[in-house]
Amino acid sequence: MAKMGSAMNASTPWFRVDHDGQTLRLTAGGPWTVYHAVSVDAGLRAIVPNKAAVAEIDASQIEALDTTGAWLLLRTRAHLKDAGLKIARFEYPESYRPLVGIIESEHLVAPAEVVTHVSLGTFLERLGRSSHAVLILGVGILGYLGRITIEWFKTIYAPQRHFRFTATAHQIEQVGINALPIVGLLMFLVGIVLAYQGADQLSRYGLDILTVNALGIGVLRELGVLITAIIIAGRSGSAFTAEIGTMKVNEEIDAMQTMGLNIDDVLILPRVTGLVIALPFLTFFANIMALIGGAMMCYFQLGITVPAFIRQLHEAVNVNTFLVGMIKAPVFAYVIGMVGCYEGLNVERNAASVGKLTTRAVVESVFLVIVLDAGFSVMFSILGF
Amino acid sequence: MTPEPTDSNQPIISIRGLVTNLGDRLIHDHIDLDVRRGEVIAIVGGSGSGKSVLLRSIVGLMRPQEGAIEVFGEDALAYDETALRRLQRRWGVLFQEGALFSSQTVAENVQVPLREYTKMSQELMNEIAAVKLAMVGLGEDAAAKFPSELSGGMKKRASLARALVLDPEIVFLDEPTAGLDPIAANAFDELIRNLQKSLNLTVFMVTHDLDTLRSIADRVAVLVNRTLKVGTIAEVMRDKDPWIQDYFSGPRGRAALGS
Repeated sequence: MAKMGSAMNASTPWFRVDHDGQTLRLTAGGPWTVYHAVSVDAGLRAIVPNKAAVAEIDASQIEALDTTGAWLLLRTRAHLKDAGLKIARFEYPESYRPLVGIIESEHLVAPAEVVTHVSLGTFLERLGRSSHAVLILGVGILGYLGRITIEWFKTIYAPQRHFRFTATAHQIEQVGINALPIVGLLMFLVGIVLAYQGADQLSRYGLDILTVNALGIGVLRELGVLITAIIIAGRSGSAFTAEIGTMKVNEEIDAMQTMGLNIDDVLILPRVTGLVIALPFLTFFANIMALIGGAMMCYFQLGITVPAFIRQLHEAVNVNTFLVGMIKAPVFAYVIGMVGCYEGLNVERNAASVGKLTTRAVVESVFLVIVLDAGFSVMFSILGF
Repeated sequence: MTPEPTDSNQPIISIRGLVTNLGDRLIHDHIDLDVRRGEVIAIVGGSGSGKSVLLRSIVGLMRPQEGAIEVFGEDALAYDETALRRLQRRWGVLFQEGALFSSQTVAENVQVPLREYTKMSQELMNEIAAVKLAMVGLGEDAAAKFPSELSGGMKKRASLARALVLDPEIVFLDEPTAGLDPIAANAFDELIRNLQKSLNLTVFMVTHDLDTLRSIADRVAVLVNRTLKVGTIAEVMRDKDPWIQDYFSGPRGRAALGS
């Protein structure tokens, strides 16, 4: 114990219990402080009255006493009293009277419980609660989707009153133009990886040239828009939640409302509209970058020259392939923007809530994007595109 | 509680020639300050005058550009991690907004230093937390609550309980009464005064509150023009500096100080 109190006193606390007929005598000494309490705590709890009727507590040899030590003395006294003993003496150094006084004056309260019990019941309760929460969340998002759609129609109906051109242009720059480098680089790499893997497999059957088909259809129909949407969900969906959430924490949203500003017009629609405009362009850019990456890999790996690549691509894909991919972009953008704003408005007035809901917004929008993509695939296969 | 200083007049905190720049703005220009053991010293000054910066420099959250800070006679600016940790256990800090850990209950918050620095049983930690919470005037129902469920005054009390859990010799209070209603602020002043007397604490606080100054501060240090003017309220009030005159002799100052 001495090492724990290196800054304090080097000795350790001690106590002794003597039975003298009807009298139980507790003698204590040494430093009774928070750093040493552990060495006497269990022993003090274990004191048994052993048929004694009177207790004497003599702590006058204590060298140092702090709140913890004083509590141990008072607790022991209460423990003996509860066991039916009469406290005949309770002595401690005079200089600690104010300290003991302040703890004594607070009547001995029930210990502050730290609850950590886990049972099947609590597990089921948690399961039920989280299922319920997911359901409520789904209903909330659906309701919000409807509301934003109505607001959007209002904007189309009376653009001069509801549409904020500057804010929307700013959002297009934020979510579209500023995302060009990251989206471009990532999709270029995706193109390289796809072409490499395709070439690896198809060249075994001598079908090297079909790598171009696989790449073109894969990127244009599915991967271009899907990966771009996922990047944007992580980059801009989270930013929407964090921005709006921080404004909520600072009461900026409340301030706007008291000034008669419409939150939907000022904050939500510019973001959602900006994203809906920007994402198709980003997707187009992403498709081109992926094809460039793929073409490069085809040239180095398979020796397919650029003109040959373009000729093969021309045969493999038609306008429909391209449009099937592009048509998804505004839908994904709408969902990402809406979920980001919705979770931002759900933020409570504390900083932890911003982080929690930002994470949730990204998870939800990526989830919804992939679910919608699956839905699109089913729909297009039924329609025969 | 602690080894008595060999010389009881030796200051518990001693600052010499402290220079602090924030960016290219000079905040403190060679300031000196001695805090005596067992006193309540209040740092006052206009917004942005560097009161909190001074507090943060002493507790090691910021490094001054020049100067020396000694706490308990030890160099608080030394780069020795272990020595600094040892110093930090001997003081407690109450931050402006309480800075309670939001993911833990009040009782768990109070137990954090115990869990970190002692090997106590959970049972004893629970008892100590309850004692500390009772000392700062929080009932047993507060212990199981999360910080987000507490009012501003209760948060400060809970945070004070956490700052006091290792029985520090110094407590640093950053704007202890800011954001509290006058009744809660008076009660908090009284609480600090009582605890300071019974636990023999040295209190170093940054405040704006003239009522707090009058009711609990033994000495006042005013930060004006990047330097400190230290003395009792009466002494400092005699200073001719325009800011000090405005502060103590403005309507609020007159009301609080009754002059």
